[in-house]
Amino acid sequence: MTISQQTLDQLALTSGEYEAIVERLGREPNPLELGLFGSLWSEHCGYQHSKPLLGMFDARSDRLLVAPGSENAGVVDIGGGLAVVMKVESHNHPSAIEPYEGAATGVGGIVRDIFAMGARPIALLNSLRFGPLSDSRSRYLFQGVVAGISGYGNCIGVPDVGGEVYFSPAYSGNPLVNAMCVGILRHQDLRRATAGAPGNLLMLVGADTGRDGIHGASGLASRAFEDERELRPTVQVGNPFMEKSLIEACLEAAESDAVIGIQDLGAAGLTSASVEAAANAGVGIEIDVARVPRRESGMAPYEVMLSESQERMLIVVERGREDEVQAVFDRWDLRSDIIGKTTADGIARILEDGEPRGEVPVRLLSDPPLYRPPSVESPSLAALRAADLSALPLPQSTPAETLLRLLRSPNIASREWIFRQYDHHVQTNTVIAPGADAALLRIRGTSKGLALSTDGNGRLCYLDPYAGGMIAVGEATRNVSCVGATPIALTDCLNFGSPERPEIYHQLENAIAGMAEASRRLRAPVVSGNVSLYNETRGRGIYPTPVVGALGITEDVRAHATPSFDSEGDVVVLLGRRSLEADAADLAGSEYLDLVHGRVEGQPRIDLDLEIAVQSACRALVSSGIAKSAHDCSDGGIAVALAECAIAGGVGATIDAPPCEGAERRWDAALFGEGQSRIVVTVSPPDLAQLRDICESASVAWLRLGEVFGADLVIGNLLTVPVSRLAAAHRSGLPRALGSLE
Amino acid sequence: MEFGVIVFPGTWSDADCFHAVTDRLGQRARFLWHKDTDVSGIDCLIVPGGFSYGDYLRAGAIARFSPVMRSVERFARNGGLVIGICNGFQILCEAGLLPGALMRNDHLQFRCQWVSLRVETERTSFTSQCRRGDVLSIPISHGEGSYYADDATLDSLEANGQIVFRYCEEDGEVTPASNPNGSRRAIAGIVSAEGNVLGMMPHPERCCEDLMGGEDGLLILRSIVESHHRASSVDSG
Repeated sequence: MTISQQTLDQLALTSGEYEAIVERLGREPNPLELGLFGSLWSEHCGYQHSKPLLGMFDARSDRLLVAPGSENAGVVDIGGGLAVVMKVESHNHPSAIEPYEGAATGVGGIVRDIFAMGARPIALLNSLRFGPLSDSRSRYLFQGVVAGISGYGNCIGVPDVGGEVYFSPAYSGNPLVNAMCVGILRHQDLRRATAGAPGNLLMLVGADTGRDGIHGASGLASRAFEDERELRPTVQVGNPFMEKSLIEACLEAAESDAVIGIQDLGAAGLTSASVEAAANAGVGIEIDVARVPRRESGMAPYEVMLSESQERMLIVVERGREDEVQAVFDRWDLRSDIIGKTTADGIARILEDGEPRGEVPVRLLSDPPLYRPPSVESPSLAALRAADLSALPLPQSTPAETLLRLLRSPNIASREWIFRQYDHHVQTNTVIAPGADAALLRIRGTSKGLALSTDGNGRLCYLDPYAGGMIAVGEATRNVSCVGATPIALTDCLNFGSPERPEIYHQLENAIAGMAEASRRLRAPVVSGNVSLYNETRGRGIYPTPVVGALGITEDVRAHATPSFDSEGDVVVLLGRRSLEADAADLAGSEYLDLVHGRVEGQPRIDLDLEIAVQSACRALVSSGIAKSAHDCSDGGIAVALAECAIAGGVGATIDAPPCEGAERRWDAALFGEGQSRIVVTVSPPDLAQLRDICESASVAWLRLGEVFGADLVIGNLLTVPVSRLAAAHRSGLPRALGSLE
Repeated sequence: MEFGVIVFPGTWSDADCFHAVTDRLGQRARFLWHKDTDVSGIDCLIVPGGFSYGDYLRAGAIARFSPVMRSVERFARNGGLVIGICNGFQILCEAGLLPGALMRNDHLQFRCQWVSLRVETERTSFTSQCRRGDVLSIPISHGEGSYYADDATLDSLEANGQIVFRYCEEDGEVTPASNPNGSRRAIAGIVSAEGNVLGMMPHPERCCEDLMGGEDGLLILRSIVESHHRASSVDSG
């Protein structure tokens, strides 16, 4: 072997992989060819550690129009000749280095995945994780990421309608920035990432190519790093104005049948875009790098092929019809250049001014070795799960003080500080804006609505990846059901540490298994996704954090619910329980346990039968117009859920359900326990009988908690707090943590 | 009547304005590309929101030089109705069709939220369906919406009744807390001295149906239609 270990490290290739390349190629690759392998055989592009596990997802559904993983994003039929295209993708590593541009280009990348399929982007969501805001670096990253999403997203005219954010020391060295985009198209407008038949032309459109982002896929996203400052030059800089023009021009061009396929240039730039399109079509490609417009002089073929300059798309055009496609891009003042063609020989051939610079069979590049490394659970976890939470001392503070503390906690406090920086109204389809359980968009020209939510609880997945994976799916779909929509599809972003460590691979394997099981049972297939591994610094991995984006559909968008309590006298009902339980085991992995006791312990649990039944009862209540409000009980338990309903409605409630045994002794578990599959709804008193019928026919337990009333939230003799105080605590949480209380 | 909706590269409220005018108001509309110059047959021009040409230099600074703006200026000088919304307001100020300028929000962040607007005058072509003192509920969505003009200009705007909308509390009181961007004298919208050009930062096209949170935007759009019909009947009479 004549290659240095240093060169291989730069490309994140192992010596074993290098030997495999030499053997399959029948010779040593030149540096350009090795660069192609390094990018495409990376975890980011090749899914080497995750692909064998992703097969667990059952994608059988009549609604799927393309096979998951085969295209830039998943495509879901929603009836009436329309389909939804959706995907979530990570930009964790770039955001850790340069938060503004990292997050901004994360938005840009996921939006390109959507319009590459011929769909108009109609919604953005984002799922974020940072270290505690008490740390100045975490504050810097958080504010930079929010500014980047705001700066890019607001400029391109796609509403940012939801998402979530959590803070934990587990993410201090390695924030998570997952961006989700949803688009809509008519079936006949669907475009594929294919190169079509031999003889088609490859047209590069949009921005010029520079030296930014080289080794982004192989380097940043596929290895763990010690010093991030060294990597700053590998982060790209976004131009949202050009992206907006690209959206319009590509959608206009895609209406022509002269366009055979469209690919966005993301990780590994031109290399992955062209090789994936060729592999999908079973053809070869020939690219002359001299025809690629540059923003810098003296770039080597290697740099041109691996540049991750933003706002570029590869369009496969029928030969002879390039003028009509180029006319569209001319009209938008965008560059379009023919840089190559598809060939019959199955070779990826790179030329420079007609001179050959590299030749590799496409099938070798698109067939990386797959790994199934050892999987062993971390030995300390069993003890954490077995912790006896009933032995936990009650806090010194009163129930009311504890509730206010939770409402102020950055993990529960109002997200208004974030989403008021995002345009969530543009396109005028936003029926439920950020701040509710799920966003709701109407589909113009129909009576239907789309509900969207993202969820993922790293703490629960850390304690038990299998249960945590099921809960992530359970909660995301529950949120969609709370607004009245039926969950029909999921997209996921799997954020984990290094899969080469057995305890991390164990997390990955089990979280996927849990998600797959819940997805199958809830009949919401995973239609697309992204894997982000090596999320660790200095040998410490993040919490295993699968983020689930759920898509729901409702036939009548007018029949929807929000958490907001409506009128005094409305009856408050808890779906999913027959009594107010005070089981200390429900504190497992809860926000209360972490915030008040500084512990992450216990056994997370979910009963999928109950989950399915509760969601279906909630949807029936909302769609029939009986439910005047609906809200999921999640972080902070039922007390926080009730407080959020009261704050949103500006009216109190008196909860007088008989306390169950032990509620006095374990009021913390009764108020703040995070048992799954619980939804708080309100109905008018005359509708209570109908609620009972609906719950009984769905075999769902329910409990009358009390009624909407007055200016205070009263929970038995445990607490009485004015709603105005709850609201002030909730609203002040994030600004206070950022040191900018207005 | 027929509305013309101007489209610059980077404009994103064009489709929303088109939808509001056609589907909600029942009027005709057509898009005008930034390189177009023919505005014949148009009764009211809408300069919509967005980030024209990216607005990297200063909001509206490039758009004012585009070919279509020559036609907008001519159309306005001839008394045609022009409404600039958000980025459109910024562009009309840059083009000198309205006095003053829009600066970065005083807190330096983008703001997307519902605000209350007090109608300061009903004696314009854009507010004839409102009454002075009415409080409208309308969304804003901008990073550079802080209205600035010198004292003399502001005094003359006040004296001439050119201040059309002010940010206020729900009850109509103008307070520092109800000003979302630091605009001088809480100004959210003004008209030209001749009264035919309106600029406003909030988005009336985003509140034209209850499902989207409110219909107050229709009051402004319907005022335009009413003014046009009144003017047409005077002409023909």
